[in-house]
Amino acid sequence: MAMLIKERRVITESAPSPDANVIRLEPADDPAAVADRLDGVARVEVNFPKFGDGRGFSIGRLLRERYGYKGELRAVGHITRDHLCFMESCGFDAFELREGEDPHEALAAFDDFSESYQASVTRPRPLFRRRTR
Amino acid sequence: MYRYDEIDQRLVDERVRQFRGQTERFLAGQLSEDEFRALRLRNGLYIQRYAPMLRIAIPYGLLSTRQLRKLADISRKYDRGYGHFSTRQNLQLNWPKLEQVPEMLAELATVQMHAIQTSGNSFRNVTTDHFAGVAQDEIVDSFVWCEIIRQWSTFHPEFSFLPRKFKIALNGARADRAAVEVHDIGLHAVRDERGEVGFRVLVGGGLGRTPIIGVVIREFLPWPHLLTYLEAILRVYNRYGRRDNIHKARIKILVKERGPDRFREEVEAEWAQIKDGPATLIAEEIERVAARFTRPAYERLANLDLGAIAVPGFAAWVKRNVHPHKRPGYAAVTLSLKKTGVPPGDVTADQMDAIADLADRYSFGELRVSHEQNLVLADVRQRDLVEVWREARELGLATPNLGLLTNIISCPGGDFCALANAKSIPVAEAIQRRFDDLDYLHDIGELDLNISGCMNACGHHHVGHIGILGVDKNGEEWYQIEIGGNQGETRPGAKAALGKVIGPSFARADVPLVVEKLIGCYLERRDSDAERFVDVVHRIGVEPFKEQVYGNADQRAARHHRERAVA
Ligand code: SF4
Repeated sequence: MAMLIKERRVITESAPSPDANVIRLEPADDPAAVADRLDGVARVEVNFPKFGDGRGFSIGRLLRERYGYKGELRAVGHITRDHLCFMESCGFDAFELREGEDPHEALAAFDDFSESYQASVTRPRPLFRRRTR
Repeated sequence: MYRYDEIDQRLVDERVRQFRGQTERFLAGQLSEDEFRALRLRNGLYIQRYAPMLRIAIPYGLLSTRQLRKLADISRKYDRGYGHFSTRQNLQLNWPKLEQVPEMLAELATVQMHAIQTSGNSFRNVTTDHFAGVAQDEIVDSFVWCEIIRQWSTFHPEFSFLPRKFKIALNGARADRAAVEVHDIGLHAVRDERGEVGFRVLVGGGLGRTPIIGVVIREFLPWPHLLTYLEAILRVYNRYGRRDNIHKARIKILVKERGPDRFREEVEAEWAQIKDGPATLIAEEIERVAARFTRPAYERLANLDLGAIAVPGFAAWVKRNVHPHKRPGYAAVTLSLKKTGVPPGDVTADQMDAIADLADRYSFGELRVSHEQNLVLADVRQRDLVEVWREARELGLATPNLGLLTNIISCPGGDFCALANAKSIPVAEAIQRRFDDLDYLHDIGELDLNISGCMNACGHHHVGHIGILGVDKNGEEWYQIEIGGNQGETRPGAKAALGKVIGPSFARADVPLVVEKLIGCYLERRDSDAERFVDVVHRIGVEPFKEQVYGNADQRAARHHRERAVA
């Protein structure tokens, strides 16, 4: 049993069956290599081995924006609430936080920033195209 | 001055709240040292040799008097009543208290200021020409483009955890006063045959321990594609930039390891996927941003003959510290922060207030910070120049040395910085003292002398005509000297260049004498006054300078022998 955040809610998940169809990507992996296997997977996991390793953010966006992945995209590894807002913008919807980080308290961090200048997965049009003139 | 709209302000306020929470979690033991380090750095907070240091962003160096007064206030209330303008056009406070930083940031937010991404592995303050908007050779108003890049690079969700810091410079005039060739990305505005604005794009330049001149990867990028192209470069860098070794993590290493051609191909391939996408800029946005800048209400004036003003001392100041303006009857003025005996770039809270008064009265309430660590009043009426000069002199800000040897760029060095090998401020002062004769300085002519306290090169020593670098020899402070560096094409044909080391390093006490010898060699060999020190170095090479400094080979051998005997 493990706690994780999924679609901005804390859930507990029982251990997955070993034959569950999960793709796991490390930071150096190229999402293009799994692009034709995305249909019907249980989820894609992207590992963030270090607090400051930002490669997975690009992987997230590519999976969503370029390879059209619609299923669960889970960030795992050294993740604290400080990452959540940006990770969500890059297409992640599930998060396994590092040990010691309380997922209930972390939920507030999704609202760290209420806007974003840039285009991203959650805001496909950048702020300058959304401003009401 | 760019004025925030409601969203700009909200994001800065939200950042203050976020950082307050992060500081509290750290103090409560919920964030590790390492985690908090990454977070505090992207809010400009370093833990320095003696105390924390807070680096406050001054986007593209543009500052209002209201902001400057707030900086004065903050430096009195939370620090020791002074600040240091850095080569990145930011302001550093050297003595804040960690617990008080969220409060300081909250105060800054009230005047549309912050310390966002002034450090850490993220986009840094985008820098530009300190004469933007007033230069006679202007191609575009770089402030507008810088603000567009500022917004795009602030809290970028994909690029907030880059392999390393990332510096973008944009130059909007013919002469390059923004040093675009020595930045991670350099953008030089150009117009095509039809007059359309675009950018020449350079990547992979930079100083630090591996100084490299950037390479052009695109000669002309039409402006609507600016952000998608930047995004493509950054995506390639974010994915493939090295993260295994901090000293190899800058984009210049990636460009070098892959070679510029392969790097360009990768960027172009990535760009092909996102080109013309929603991030493509639109004219309305450029207009919207431009309209949020306050503009000086210039009067219709005629140019004055400044040479006819016979006030002793004034002419020397005009010659060095007053610069041409695109509007007749106006001039740009540099307030020098390089008075001998004051660390370069340092300014007291009282001076900040007084400078704010000056700018209010004479320059539409705005000023700029130059990467040479001076302040610029960009819009002064020529008829007010004598008055401005008098007042600046009273304040100790009228040293007439712009472009001259004593206008030294120096990092804070060993007096403040935990990374330093050696002090830099006392070296700057010793050189200024040796060259205190103004006539002699003018005779030597244009010369950039830059000092860094270690190879991180915050004092840009590689691109000084004379560059001085603090090195550590068995725990002692020594100084290595380079000559022939050049920060960029400030005049036609003079491309950026990196200095060459002239030989073994020197003890601190010897540095001024060595500089004098270098100057002596130059004066003997220059063709005319118009040939600058750096031009002579490029024409005749470093050898004659070496000889002048170290003596001929025989003397060198003898000296080596003596040194060994002493050791
Ligand atoms: S060059 Fe070195 S000593 Fe100077 S400020 Fe930078 S890190 Fe510190």
